[in-house]
Amino acid sequence: MSLLHEVFARAKAENRAVLIAYLPAGYPTEDGAVECIAAMVEGGVDIVEIGFPYSDPVMDGPTIQAAVNISLAGGTKSATVINTVKRVAELGVPTLVMSYWNPIERYGLTEFATDFSAAGGSGVITPDLTPEEAQEWIAATSDKNVERVFLVALSSSDERISKVANVTTGFVYAGAVMGVTGARTSLSDAIEGLVAKVRRHTDLPVAVGLGVSTPEQAKEIAQYADGVIVGSAFVTAIEQGGPAAAKALAQALSKGLTR
Amino acid sequence: MAPNDVVAMPDLRGHFGKFGGRFVPEALMAALDELDEAFRKAMVDPNFLKQLRDLQVNYTGRPSPITEAKRFSEHAGGATVLLKREDLNHTGSHKINNVLGQGLLTQRMGKTRVIAETGAGQHGVATATVAALLGLECVVYMGEEDTKRQALNVARMKLLGATVVPVTNGSRTLKDAINEAMRDWVANVENTHYMLGTVAGPAPFPEMVRDFHRIIGDESREQMLDRFGRLPDVVAACVGGGSNAIGIFTAFIPDSDVRLLGLEAGGDGIETGRHASTIVGGAVGVLHGARSYIMQDDDGQTIESHSISAGLDYPSVGPEHAYLADIGRAEYRSVTDTEAMQAFKLLCETEGIIPAIETAHALAGALEIGKELGPGAIILVNLSGRGDKDVETAAKWFGMNP
Repeated sequence: MSLLHEVFARAKAENRAVLIAYLPAGYPTEDGAVECIAAMVEGGVDIVEIGFPYSDPVMDGPTIQAAVNISLAGGTKSATVINTVKRVAELGVPTLVMSYWNPIERYGLTEFATDFSAAGGSGVITPDLTPEEAQEWIAATSDKNVERVFLVALSSSDERISKVANVTTGFVYAGAVMGVTGARTSLSDAIEGLVAKVRRHTDLPVAVGLGVSTPEQAKEIAQYADGVIVGSAFVTAIEQGGPAAAKALAQALSKGLTR
Repeated sequence: MAPNDVVAMPDLRGHFGKFGGRFVPEALMAALDELDEAFRKAMVDPNFLKQLRDLQVNYTGRPSPITEAKRFSEHAGGATVLLKREDLNHTGSHKINNVLGQGLLTQRMGKTRVIAETGAGQHGVATATVAALLGLECVVYMGEEDTKRQALNVARMKLLGATVVPVTNGSRTLKDAINEAMRDWVANVENTHYMLGTVAGPAPFPEMVRDFHRIIGDESREQMLDRFGRLPDVVAACVGGGSNAIGIFTAFIPDSDVRLLGLEAGGDGIETGRHASTIVGGAVGVLHGARSYIMQDDDGQTIESHSISAGLDYPSVGPEHAYLADIGRAEYRSVTDTEAMQAFKLLCETEGIIPAIETAHALAGALEIGKELGPGAIILVNLSGRGDKDVETAAKWFGMNP
């Protein structure tokens, strides 16, 4: 069993959802990102998503856009991302990369899967790679212990959920809102139904993200999902209070995840 | 491959060879499927086609004429330059062809709001126009940089009742306006149609926008045979995203003797890196939902494009153009700001027609290829838009400001 699935299995045995945290590589700096993530893991984060900063983040709201701009302006390259994965994986936590498709395609699919795996990475989340376009990515990852994570949306039909589930190996990422990343005061009531719908198509873990920022929201989602994904709220915490604030947020979020 | 197979493109998932496809968030897939289905049904529905035809004739003013540019041709090595006058369409460019089709589709899908990106403002104006005509709410995203250089079109959109949102991210041009429109669409997809203005983006946009613009080439081909008794030797058009070019190329693709020439924006020159010539100077990648030629660095980050023309200032290109370039059916060249502005001035002074600066790139290409082909050759240029919006930029370029 892969480290990623071990962590989900352990949490299931403990009757709780896992906490998945997102932070772009190179934010606020390369070292600063690793330092913050270490603090977040101490605070209770189970799984880490390293964002691959990209010039055209069409799925991100203002908070992550700003963080990505800071990272790119600071000189973040593909090599920075791989190096960050290596340093975070050394903390012993399953480490994923979340990337828009072009940077991976530019790196080379096989080359990226190889280098990512060698760095100790667990899986790659590809939010704008549709299952229909994923054949080469499946071929590049299948013999490298690199889990593939695809997304489902509130608008996804059963047919589309089935397509997504068929190409996913890590966990299914269920988007809690229709829209870009960023904190929301209220989430759609339909998200619980979406998670239930996904479960009819796969036994893989289902994690919920997009718009999730508060301990209250995390606690509610933990009642029916296997994982809770938080991104923008960590970026904001770090902006305001550095690693200590990120750790405090992780503690607050993880507290409510036991059912 | 027989030329007719080229016209039959794309495949069922929107691929033109290795280009095109759909690289979008899952949240948009349902809307793209819905659009695809509505488009296919509409194109075989006599009522839809009749409605569209009526608007093309009685609202846009089609067919647009072909003008023989006699005095301009004297500078083209003895070749004859003909102008397909899309600048005479209502709203002043070819863009109206596409938005009429998509506007009617929006109504058929029961959506009440349209959003659009715009560079030069021509597509924004066209979208605001059709939204007013059909009673749709309209929001246009425009790079802040472009709102400055195309202030006239911003005012036109506002007069037509549209909301214009200046985009302050990234390079503050067309690329960033598309990013912002996509963010809006993901959040409001239930009541909103994204009226993409060029033959780029995820399937079915490249195919759909092409099919709404192919009337340019269909008319031209017939007009050439009726009036001149022959087809042109070259069909030339400017290429940013590439909608006017695909529009005039499509009917001529099976005519293998007709050369198809796309003119990309060369900005300060390819060698300076400050340009928008994605086919001539870019590499294969994915941007805005499709695989095509894009401008990117070694890490896959988009490189900002540069052109005096806001409408061509875009770091990707429609996937069908990438395909036509790859199979050698169309040829793409780069025209610098300086070359385009020389052609702009020449058309003003020899024909009494002020072209859009975008279009001036095609005119510069026509002058060049005319000199290569010499007397007897006929070059058909898609005069895709008029230049009222560019008067200030041009006056500044030529030092005509008081």
